[in-house]
Amino acid sequence: MSAPPATLRPPQPVAPQPPAPRAMAPSHLYFSAERVGAMALRYLYLLRASWTRIIEIIYWPTMQMVLWGLISRYVLTATTVLHQAAGLFLAAVLLWEVLFRSQMGVHTMFQEEMYARNLGHLFISPLRPYEMVVALLSVSLVRTLLSAGSAALLAIPLYHFSIFTLGLPLLAFFVNLLIFGWAFGLVLCAMLLRFGFGAEGLAWAGIFALTPIAGVYYPIATLPEWLQPVALAFPAAYVFEGMRAVLLRGEFRTDLFFAALALNAVYLALGGAVFLISFGVARRRGLLLQVGE
Amino acid sequence: METFDIEVQRLTKHYGALAAVQELSFAVRRGATMALLGGNGAGKTTTLSILIGLLEPTAGRVTILGEDMLRHRHRVLPRMNFSSPYVDLPHRLTVRDNLRVFGHLYRLDRIGERIARLSEELGFAQLLKRPYGSLSAGQKTRVTLAKALINEPDVLLMDEPTASLDPDMADYVRGYLQAYQARTGATLLLASHNMTEVERLCRDVVMLREGVKVDEGSPQHLIAKYGRQTLEDVFIDIARRRRRPGEEDDVPPPLPAVAQPACAESPVAQPTAARPSSGPPGTQAGANGGAAGRKEVS
Repeated sequence: MSAPPATLRPPQPVAPQPPAPRAMAPSHLYFSAERVGAMALRYLYLLRASWTRIIEIIYWPTMQMVLWGLISRYVLTATTVLHQAAGLFLAAVLLWEVLFRSQMGVHTMFQEEMYARNLGHLFISPLRPYEMVVALLSVSLVRTLLSAGSAALLAIPLYHFSIFTLGLPLLAFFVNLLIFGWAFGLVLCAMLLRFGFGAEGLAWAGIFALTPIAGVYYPIATLPEWLQPVALAFPAAYVFEGMRAVLLRGEFRTDLFFAALALNAVYLALGGAVFLISFGVARRRGLLLQVGE
Repeated sequence: METFDIEVQRLTKHYGALAAVQELSFAVRRGATMALLGGNGAGKTTTLSILIGLLEPTAGRVTILGEDMLRHRHRVLPRMNFSSPYVDLPHRLTVRDNLRVFGHLYRLDRIGERIARLSEELGFAQLLKRPYGSLSAGQKTRVTLAKALINEPDVLLMDEPTASLDPDMADYVRGYLQAYQARTGATLLLASHNMTEVERLCRDVVMLREGVKVDEGSPQHLIAKYGRQTLEDVFIDIARRRRRPGEEDDVPPPLPAVAQPACAESPVAQPTAARPSSGPPGTQAGANGGAAGRKEVS
């Protein structure tokens, strides 16, 4: 070992000092309020740092109250109609499941990649973002067929109601709800990419925001007048109106079908664009390697 | 005429007002191994992230295998790969399934054979049916390396390639990488805090500090230039902004002002000539940087 050059002075020794006495806490406690407090503080910090989580707290009760209030209003005015079509609610629930599962099929799969911190590996492979989008949509289709299909089959022995009696219109409803769910799911993926797991609550809650205004359980006419144009901006409203037309009057409304299809084309394009833009932003900000809470 | 597989010109990355990398330029010859060295936050991971296409630079140019990486990265990505213990694979998938997915992403043939060979060579054949999440840190590092080699890349980028491995396995992996390079002529670029590893594997080194290149050359050249015994000493000199022999320090070295208990072995109480200290907080002066667990993008 040669001596270091004169310019490379080693750090000056610091006079040894006795270690500062540590505050001793009882270590034998099986339960520590302080530790509980520390963890509570950790969760509050998490909440404070995420506006999406704060919104989620007030979101669910509000949604339930609005939804069931509107259902009650419809039931009060339409009991005779309901008697004519006992399966109306069941059909609505099953079709709603298509929309819910298709959007969930997209965003939960994407979320899995985030949980696994795998996005970095995926996007250094030749995988292109739009290929991932197509993969997500394909898996979503399979998941939707499995979950909504099994629920529909279960309704036959349990309630003696078969949604398959709708015939070909069922396929039209399914396609429209599936596509809208995809579009919604892609926007949620974009939010997860942008805001991290803080947006997870919104991802789950997002589609339920539509429930009251999509006319799932009651006609759009039940809504306050000012809300009806908003409802008609979503393809789901046309699908559920169409479902009621088939069940109550035995009529398939092609106008509603094509309106939903046209809106879906716009929404799917928007969903894809938002996802790809969000992916570009993630690349600029280095989020693909550090997605998290 | 020399061919460069990786060429980086005036690369700059800003996060708002923070400059993570500034005007960085270097080139890696075909078939050579280069290391990016620097303390935490020096810009190594940022540079690697840009090179693999996960991060867009603010300015600059990156050419890999003759292609403009910023404009045509998908032409190059099938021929390169990346290994990092800090980027996970899906935990619930088995090791074999994980590797199979990547085999398909790279559109490889005989994926099963490749997985079998890599798992044998890297010593995890018995783990193929285990969920990735159930593996130890060292086992994960080997699986991640297998993932990085599954497409036999011409350019392989690595962040701490032997992190979490025991010395025996780390030595084996270094030998394996050298054999891989000799067999395929691949170009390797790695970021590491393990100076022994860098001295063994690398022909060239780029020293970074606060996103700026402060020096470059072969490990032997840098050791001689700084008049030191090891690359680790050079690393510490650069991290503490000390100049070469005969030059004045431009910035006083940050002295650890932490009171230490009296101890005969304390490097503070008894500084040695060859190794001034065990390193101040923020530098990784140990033989193996030992950065286990998660790491933020620097």
